[in-house]
Amino acid sequence: MDVIQKRLLEEVSGLHVVPEGAYNIRANGQSVERNSTEHIQITSKENGKGIDIRIADGTKNESVHIPVVLSQSGLTEVVYNDFFIGDNCDVVIVAGCGIDNCGNSNSEHDGIHRFFIGKNSKIKYVEKHYGSGDGMGKRILNPETVIEIGEDSYMEMDSVQIKGVDSTKRLTTAKLAKGAKLEVMERIMTHGIQTAESRFEVELNGENSSANVVSRSVARESSHQLFVSNVIGNAKCSAHTECDSIIMDDAKISAQPEITANNPDAAMIHEAAIGKIAGEQIIKLMTLGLTEAEAEEQIVNGFLK
Amino acid sequence: MLELEHISFEVADQQGEKEILKDVSFVLPDNKFVVITGPNGGGKSTLAKVIAGIEKPNSGRILWDGQDITDLNITERAKLGISYAFQQPVRFKGVTVFDLIRLAAGKEISVSGACEYLSEVGLCAKDYINREVDASLSGGEIKRIEIATIIARKTKVSVFDEPEAGIDLWSFQNLIQVFEKMHSQIQGSILIISHQERILNIADEILLIADGELVKHGTKEEVLPTLLGTANASEFACSKIGGVN
Repeated sequence: MDVIQKRLLEEVSGLHVVPEGAYNIRANGQSVERNSTEHIQITSKENGKGIDIRIADGTKNESVHIPVVLSQSGLTEVVYNDFFIGDNCDVVIVAGCGIDNCGNSNSEHDGIHRFFIGKNSKIKYVEKHYGSGDGMGKRILNPETVIEIGEDSYMEMDSVQIKGVDSTKRLTTAKLAKGAKLEVMERIMTHGIQTAESRFEVELNGENSSANVVSRSVARESSHQLFVSNVIGNAKCSAHTECDSIIMDDAKISAQPEITANNPDAAMIHEAAIGKIAGEQIIKLMTLGLTEAEAEEQIVNGFLK
Repeated sequence: MLELEHISFEVADQQGEKEILKDVSFVLPDNKFVVITGPNGGGKSTLAKVIAGIEKPNSGRILWDGQDITDLNITERAKLGISYAFQQPVRFKGVTVFDLIRLAAGKEISVSGACEYLSEVGLCAKDYINREVDASLSGGEIKRIEIATIIARKTKVSVFDEPEAGIDLWSFQNLIQVFEKMHSQIQGSILIISHQERILNIADEILLIADGELVKHGTKEEVLPTLLGTANASEFACSKIGGVN
């Protein structure tokens, strides 16, 4: 990997060196480094368009890193990564995509990640998206996440897109079995003329399943954001979906949280709030010695933390 | 030393201009504990905001050790050494108690350092340090955190707007000890807006502000007996306004 690719890798995965455990590093459309472990097997799909990650029953305290970096302008790719997670696992999965586009052609990575989680497992999924480069070509990321959570399993999904992605369309769908639990925390910041669209479709199919889908976003300058979440309770379940946004400059934000109960024992809540930074918050931080710009930065950073 | 010279502040309302502060002048000497008291709506909070730079006076000057700071903004005054504790502290989503104390200290501090400030205001630090300064905190909790941010700043002048308001279950004795300790440790001046007799009782000087005017200014020994003569400060102030009108 070259210097740019290494920098992108660090931005999206925090990795300076080759990670421990299982990993697959994809750079400019090709898998450049890969490691499987005793319990976690990574193999290429037969059609060459992605990888399968198989995590054996009972795998605990292990991690999988599958970062993707793109530094070649004009590269467009669609990649399918499927995770087959057994029963009684406890693993951390770190994915992420960094695009550096210095050229004049659009670069696009559409990652389709599917998770098939067995029973009684615990998964933490971290996904970070980042863009850089000063070319005219756009940096486009359209991730799709498909989640099926088995009985009494738990998945925590933490996705961050803070900088440099010109256009993103995210779609996350989830189906939860009996006693399954999903926690989603999404953080997005857009600036310039960027657009970000994020949709969630969550079906609570099993008794005592629960979902908490939270999005925090900041839209600056002339950027546009759309957040849509639809949580459907088909059984005795509990759900909470929340979209909380700070709007600045000439940005536009639309939030559409929706909940549907198809069972009388489904307890569901949705909340959405869009607002400017409160003037009082800026004043408080200024009385601590921060300038107005520093105060704004602290408030935005805290909000997206 | 902070000097206010002929400070007037007006706001526009339905009847035209309304004077909130009328030609207020006083000197806040170094290392003094001064309490401003008087009836609600009399202009006390506005005066505190004028000192912090949140409100700009329509006329008059503010001097800091002889330097005219009337045109300095909030940040510049904060950097000079003026702290201001809000009557109703501001809440932030995502900003933790530790973040706020670190920003107040103006430098990188350790978690244990931040915890010390929380302990001083009677909060069990480990329960609070990672909490967000958001709506989940009670009025009393956030008020104590607000005071902790001022302690962390260690500035030459600290202005508190009704620090006792909202602190329900915390004994006033503890609050008073916090101010006494601050006064002895930071070698700065403390200016407190308060209605509480027990806070007035530890003042070096007392200012009485009613209807936008500085009605009385003197040592505690001079002013307090005249306030207590009418049961409490507020009643006194109300009767005083009645007399003025």
